[in-house]
Amino acid sequence: MGRYVARRLVQAIPTLFGIMLLTFLLTRLSPTDPVQLMLAGQSDLTLEDRQELLHELGLDKALPLQFVDFAWDVVRLDFGNSFYYHRPAIQLIAERIPNTAQLAIAGFVVAALIGIPLGIIAALFRGRLLDHGIRITSVLASAVPDFFLGLLFVLFLGVQLRWFPIGSMNVIGEGCGLCWDRAWHMVGPVLLYANGGLAVYPRYLRTEMLEILAQDYIRTARSKGLRERIVVGGHALRNALIPVVTLFGGILTIVLSGSVIIEQIFSWPGLGRLLFEAASAKDYPVVTAAVLVGGFLLVLSYILRDIAYAWVDPRIKVGK
Amino acid sequence: MATQVAVADALSQADLGRPSVGFWGDVSSRIRGDVTTMIALSILGAMIALALGADLLSDHVFGVSYSKQDLLRTFERPSFANEPAFWLGADNLGRSEVVRLLYGARVSLFIGIFAALVQLTLGLAVGVSAGYFRGRWDDIAVWLISTLNGIPTLYLLIIVGLLFRLDPISLVILIGLLGWTGEANLARGQTFAWRERDFVVAARTLGASPFRIMIRHIVPNILPLMIVTGMLTIGGVILAESALSYLGFGIQPPVPSWGNMLTGATGFYYKGPHLIVVPGIAISLTVLCLYLIGDGMRDALDPRLRGSQAVKRISRRRPPAVGPR
Repeated sequence: MGRYVARRLVQAIPTLFGIMLLTFLLTRLSPTDPVQLMLAGQSDLTLEDRQELLHELGLDKALPLQFVDFAWDVVRLDFGNSFYYHRPAIQLIAERIPNTAQLAIAGFVVAALIGIPLGIIAALFRGRLLDHGIRITSVLASAVPDFFLGLLFVLFLGVQLRWFPIGSMNVIGEGCGLCWDRAWHMVGPVLLYANGGLAVYPRYLRTEMLEILAQDYIRTARSKGLRERIVVGGHALRNALIPVVTLFGGILTIVLSGSVIIEQIFSWPGLGRLLFEAASAKDYPVVTAAVLVGGFLLVLSYILRDIAYAWVDPRIKVGK
Repeated sequence: MATQVAVADALSQADLGRPSVGFWGDVSSRIRGDVTTMIALSILGAMIALALGADLLSDHVFGVSYSKQDLLRTFERPSFANEPAFWLGADNLGRSEVVRLLYGARVSLFIGIFAALVQLTLGLAVGVSAGYFRGRWDDIAVWLISTLNGIPTLYLLIIVGLLFRLDPISLVILIGLLGWTGEANLARGQTFAWRERDFVVAARTLGASPFRIMIRHIVPNILPLMIVTGMLTIGGVILAESALSYLGFGIQPPVPSWGNMLTGATGFYYKGPHLIVVPGIAISLTVLCLYLIGDGMRDALDPRLRGSQAVKRISRRRPPAVGPR
């Protein structure tokens, strides 16, 4: 196990390097002049000032050297100050992550609680009306864009029926971490995250269950007279749940992309909204930091997923 | 002896009477028998036709262009009592919603179809060659794939959208260049399986070049699966483009896209809810059709696949098995 973990960690190094390289190239290839961005509006800039600033920023060096500087900064988690907030970008991001995590975790618990039973039901009623119904719901959930669903939620349940608040984390002036008010504000965004899971879990579990129910050991279990409840609940379900671990590991992709949209709609002050606002304001340090931190977290989650998978399913290690 | 001749006669007559339909003939007849897929196909076909005819329709039926503003009629509600241009109402600048929807369809479908084509081509080229040659090139391919997978695609698109002013063609190229990893993984995994088959080994023994083996022996065998994935990819690209444009980093106004018609929609909650509902339904319906067609095609390509290995391979998107082997 230890060797597998170590190998998986070493394999991540080139990926992290690639992510840095890609981000670096994208930002440097841009036709936008960084000096003009930093000093937007100050037109009395002389050519010497310009040169000096470029030198100070290290932007007059050769591109490979610039990359070394960039990589060194990234390793020290120093992404520079936000143009807008005049505070270190990494600090802004660290503040927002708990808010995003709060929503995302709640969202995926809801998604799993709804999605996994639906998948099992679909497999048990294969080919019947219930199965078709669940499949159609699942396809529909993946076809409707997050932002449309979110806007509909706000439009009908927030604005027209006034059942739910239409945005932000708390009623203004009442800060609280975990209370009914916060829970009330979380309903909409959590349902949106859950929708993302609803598009995946039922399908996934259905195929997995069907495959397992066709296995020899299930026939053995039935033929030795075990009750159907034990065959399905004990023998089949436990094995069908193994690959769900992989799904939980890959969730971060959905969370990172989804949070940009979901938090924008519900004005939820998380990582996604920070990225959106920073990008709208052309606040490059924050955008770069958000992308790199997001990428690193993602790679970390892939590693954790693979380790968890190898842990619950020993065949993975043997196979490699 | 006599029976054998009779059987041979019967067989040859059967052959004469009904030529073999072949693989694709069989597939198309299966699809024709599948009601859901046919409905989805016709809706999608109608949308493509409407999108292609957007110029004609806006000139001759609706009589307004997509950027024609009528500030006296902002937020007009949809009603068939209106003149045709305002059947679906007007937006915040008094532009005809139905005409904008048509032109938006053009942008969304164009980007969806062509970016998916780029992704499919790139994914096939990289995946098949990496799976076939293995070794160094495979390591590089896996590195590229894991790097691109290491950043959420929406983040990458936001950076690019921030740096460049995107038009439909540059978006096709960008989404194509950034999003081919799923297809490459699929093609690579399939190639690993096919390259060990006896007929491929035989071809290699007879001196076929690697290029010929890949093009003539491997690609035709994984193409059906790739086409199914391609349908799902078109849907995925349309969703990604609309999300990007919705956020304001994709297609820029005044060119309408289904995504940017919803930009600033939070300002329409009270005045014009139809401005949220109309483009949203258009996106959802199109993507739904594409997913249903993909499902139907998958069943048609090989009915035995239902609920078995290959289906999982598509729907699951297992993580790339990283590392040398």
